[in-house]
Amino acid sequence: MSNNIPEEENKEKEIKSTDRRLFLLNMARTVGLTALGGLVWSAYVDEVTASTLILRPPGALKEKDFLKTCIKCGMCVEACPFDTLFLAKPGDNKPLGTPFFEPRKVPCYMCTDIPCVPVCPTGALDEKSVTSEGKLDIEISEMGLAVIDKESCIAFWGIQCDACYRACPVLGDAISVEYRKNERTGKHAYMEPVVHSDYCTGCGLCEHACVTQKPAIFVLPREVAMGKAGAHYIKGWDKNDEARVKDAYGGTTTTELSKRSALDSLNDSGSLFDD
Amino acid sequence: MISLINKHKYLISRRFTQIGILVLYFGANAYGWNILIGNLSSSLLFGLIPMSDPYAALQMYAAGALIATDLLIGVGIVVLLYMFVGGRVFCSWVCPVNMITDLSNYLRRRFGFNLIQKKQPASRNIRYWVIVMSLVISFSLGVTAFEFISPISMIHRGVVFGLGFGWAAMLIIFLFDLFVLKNGWCGHICPLGGFYSLIGKFSFIRVHHNVDNCTECMKCKEVCSEVQVLHMITKESIPVISGECTNCARCIEVCDDDALNFSIKKLIKNKEESQNEIN
Repeated sequence: MSNNIPEEENKEKEIKSTDRRLFLLNMARTVGLTALGGLVWSAYVDEVTASTLILRPPGALKEKDFLKTCIKCGMCVEACPFDTLFLAKPGDNKPLGTPFFEPRKVPCYMCTDIPCVPVCPTGALDEKSVTSEGKLDIEISEMGLAVIDKESCIAFWGIQCDACYRACPVLGDAISVEYRKNERTGKHAYMEPVVHSDYCTGCGLCEHACVTQKPAIFVLPREVAMGKAGAHYIKGWDKNDEARVKDAYGGTTTTELSKRSALDSLNDSGSLFDD
Repeated sequence: MISLINKHKYLISRRFTQIGILVLYFGANAYGWNILIGNLSSSLLFGLIPMSDPYAALQMYAAGALIATDLLIGVGIVVLLYMFVGGRVFCSWVCPVNMITDLSNYLRRRFGFNLIQKKQPASRNIRYWVIVMSLVISFSLGVTAFEFISPISMIHRGVVFGLGFGWAAMLIIFLFDLFVLKNGWCGHICPLGGFYSLIGKFSFIRVHHNVDNCTECMKCKEVCSEVQVLHMITKESIPVISGECTNCARCIEVCDDDALNFSIKKLIKNKEESQNEIN
């Protein structure tokens, strides 16, 4: 009898300690699973939203803002009368469910009433950005920018082709044809297409019309296709260009200036010889 | 035959609404019908009434997006609707994934998997953790985290706009629910279901249990996909108060003894009060 009592106490203790262990283990499991899930999840989302070579409908916000604002409802897709727009499916390797278009397949025909923009419920397609003087104006939209590969464009070879120029809905402004003498024959002209970023909307009708096997003119997102001169350079001859650098801020230089004079560097050959 | 239909009237009407809604969305995209355009993330009813997914809007807010007025109105309408009819009515009457997981459950019952594996090895609270996680990721990466992986919108969008590899999402959920975890997706993981559970806490339409009629056959617990909400069966005559109940009404139709029924929350309260007064 007397032996049984401490045994029971021991049992109780054991149960208590396993309870505590179980609790701690469960806590650790929850934390572990949350960390694992969170990491995989955020890594995937980060990866899938990193694709930059994607063309958005007219009036789309900057890609970063677009990704957080688009609710992926597909109203723009349904509003488009030309079936230009698609929602990204699994397997398209684009941010899932977001609208995009591929101009070589179906370009944007630049409807003057822009049916795809006002239907957007979240403002990811911003009506204001395609409105000028109180009216919708598709010609100020910036879906992308056409880029020409001179090497494969047959107009640059000297063969006469103005397919992109003729297809362009902003004909003459977004694409112009520049003449240059063909020195090889001596009596013909090169008629070279040139894209002007001020007018090009990125609709892709040129890419659609291009006669080469793989288009020699193609639309890229403006962020990808364009460089930026920055605030260090200004067109001194252009009064209007000052507006561009009005708010420029030089920042603070932290590199120490060399204390040696310029002449020293010519005569100082000490480091060339061993001691 | 009539009794068979009677025994499945809610199931049949649920399939009818689920498929009907899919057809309306599909028709809007394919044939330009103007009844229900968009998809479950955001849509326009009769070209007039906006409806938007409140959970997606919450993620957008966490990601730092400007919330448009149209979206806000749509969210308000959806929240009010589900507050009235029961939050997870979305899950059992609208969501297309429900058809897949119901099939898994049916096969599970048919093959007797539930008898072999009685206790499920996962907590039903995972979904609330997934909600928290989705908001943290949305906030830190500045994108709507769940919307980029959601198999619900993948499948629904797939039906309306073209599937791509979306069939893989269907297959994974089907196999997961069939072999890995009973009610695995809808009952444990899905944060959208979790979100509607939270909204459903305040809803009016409830399943009510009448213990006097109960013969303890336990058919209701066998078919229920959120079996923890039926804790009062054989014990008390009270309504199901948990927001996790999907109001699918399977328990009502399998009950042969009229021990389960729909009721409106407030009326129940009034009745109870009047009964108390009499007592």
